[in-house]
Amino acid sequence: MPNDIAKGPATPGCEKVDPILVANNVRRQFGGNVAVDVEHVEIPRGKITALIGPNGAGKTTFFNLLTGFDQPNSGEWSFDGKNLAGVAAYKVSRMGMVRTFQLTKSLNMLTVMENMRLGAQKQPGESLLRALFKPLWRKNEDTITITASELLSRFKLDAKADDFAASLSGGQRKLLEMARALMTKPKLVMLDEPMAGVNPALTQSLLEHIKGLKAEGMTVLFVEHDMHMVRNISDWVIVMAEGKIVAEGPPNEVMKNPAVIDAYLGAHHDSDLGADKIAKGN
Amino acid sequence: MDIIFGNAVDWLFQPITAAYALAAIGIALHFGFTGLLNFGQAVFMAVGAYGFSISVKVLHFGFWPSVLVALIASVIMAFILGIPTLRLRSDYLAIVTIAAAEVFRFIVSTTSAQPITGGPQGLNEYSNEFWAMNPIPAGHYKFWVWDYTQDDIFARAVSWGLVIGFAILLAILVRSPWGRVIKGIREDEDAVRSLGKNVYSYKMQSLVVGGLMGTVAGIIFVLPTSVQPGNYGTTLTFFIWTILLLGGASTVLGSIVGAMIFWSLLSLTSDLLSAGVDNGVITFISQNQIGDIRFMLVGIGLMLLVIFRPQGIFGNKKELYFNA
Repeated sequence: MPNDIAKGPATPGCEKVDPILVANNVRRQFGGNVAVDVEHVEIPRGKITALIGPNGAGKTTFFNLLTGFDQPNSGEWSFDGKNLAGVAAYKVSRMGMVRTFQLTKSLNMLTVMENMRLGAQKQPGESLLRALFKPLWRKNEDTITITASELLSRFKLDAKADDFAASLSGGQRKLLEMARALMTKPKLVMLDEPMAGVNPALTQSLLEHIKGLKAEGMTVLFVEHDMHMVRNISDWVIVMAEGKIVAEGPPNEVMKNPAVIDAYLGAHHDSDLGADKIAKGN
Repeated sequence: MDIIFGNAVDWLFQPITAAYALAAIGIALHFGFTGLLNFGQAVFMAVGAYGFSISVKVLHFGFWPSVLVALIASVIMAFILGIPTLRLRSDYLAIVTIAAAEVFRFIVSTTSAQPITGGPQGLNEYSNEFWAMNPIPAGHYKFWVWDYTQDDIFARAVSWGLVIGFAILLAILVRSPWGRVIKGIREDEDAVRSLGKNVYSYKMQSLVVGGLMGTVAGIIFVLPTSVQPGNYGTTLTFFIWTILLLGGASTVLGSIVGAMIFWSLLSLTSDLLSAGVDNGVITFISQNQIGDIRFMLVGIGLMLLVIFRPQGIFGNKKELYFNA
């Protein structure tokens, strides 16, 4: 299958036509254990990229490194041409690269609406002195509330707007976290296992939401174990194992790649594998 | 009997009660709204008391410059405590603050610091300029069982004025977008960080503002009396925490009502016990055991409160359901 994403053949670490995120030699060690050792990787702009790999492959650690939540032992990476190495997590987010977490971080004792409003950028009332004078931030608050309401109704959480986030179900919290991340108006959305713990009824709508992000021009990078989802929505798949990128390519090709099957099932497993079996084997 | 209840009611409005209420408002901001475990509010009060009184007595500053010195010292103290700890988990701030409060108390009470801090004797007579500002005509003002001088009334008016002022300030802050950020930090600071907020800076701001409240409380605390190093032990911090939890940690009014109940209960139990011993109703304790017994009774009362109303008087019961 030809693709318009990679410049050349789809090899691990291949160059992309239009990368939004480029990482070089990113290495993170925990004692003697090398969790992440990525020589080179590029994330294509405006596409949905899946980052897959067996448990302990270093996917979440790689996410943490890229977003400034953890510091690598060495390496550099850039987002939209701007160097990101050593940049604090909150600044990474302000640059337009926002993430969600594997273990959902909804702010429980805040209402759903307050959770959403917190995602908004450039609210002058968030400065200590200006907070004291409501006229300085009331208008921004109104605009923010309108944006938040729209997003909430898109994610079918509008009925819950005034409830504590703690009262939401696990799946709804995932939705809330994603919607809240969108409040920052990001260019790149990084979702860490968006489907984990989400019931099948919600899965479909979540998939639609992620496709919707792409339609709006955002780039999506997500970590996922659910192969059905990976095949369904991603334009490009990057496979990690033992901290390294072992394969890349369009979803259907990657699933056939022997390196991927090795990574998931061990090198000596030679039976023919459909994607669903890979998912079970994981 | 009138006098016993008169005393209890009087304690509702004592300057000391106001000082405790204001210090508790400070940790309501720290703990109730930002999730910072400040176990050293005593050190901010001590910085207020010593910063003010040393400026007056030793440096011969006027009233207002001395207040300013205390406030600046408080900000510096907040930075000293916050810079090394606020990037770490909240437990570390707890350890550092409790240690800092003790270190500060031992330093000011050493005899070699006597020329400056008064050593173990502390300091007094630094409030002349404060009393001189009193617009109330001299005399005795009597209501029911109370008999106040103009100074008593002035001290109460000023301290409660400050408590109300700071309570309003806190109420405005926690309802603002700034307050939303710090409440978010209380819930999960990584989530807030991922939304582009400088969490470290917000925690520092909260520490400074709550610490300033503690410092003003420290000044109120010593204006009508004297500075005694022994007052700034861990007991002070824990009384303030008791008050905070009594009223409800994430509330504004809770600290004020908590302080009132705390002090007036202490006064009531001690007076009632004392009257009981005098009249021979209570025979198994002596007059000089009352001071300790009343704290035991208050302790039991607080345990009951925590068991049956753990969210505090003003707290929102819903918040507990979700935390459990």
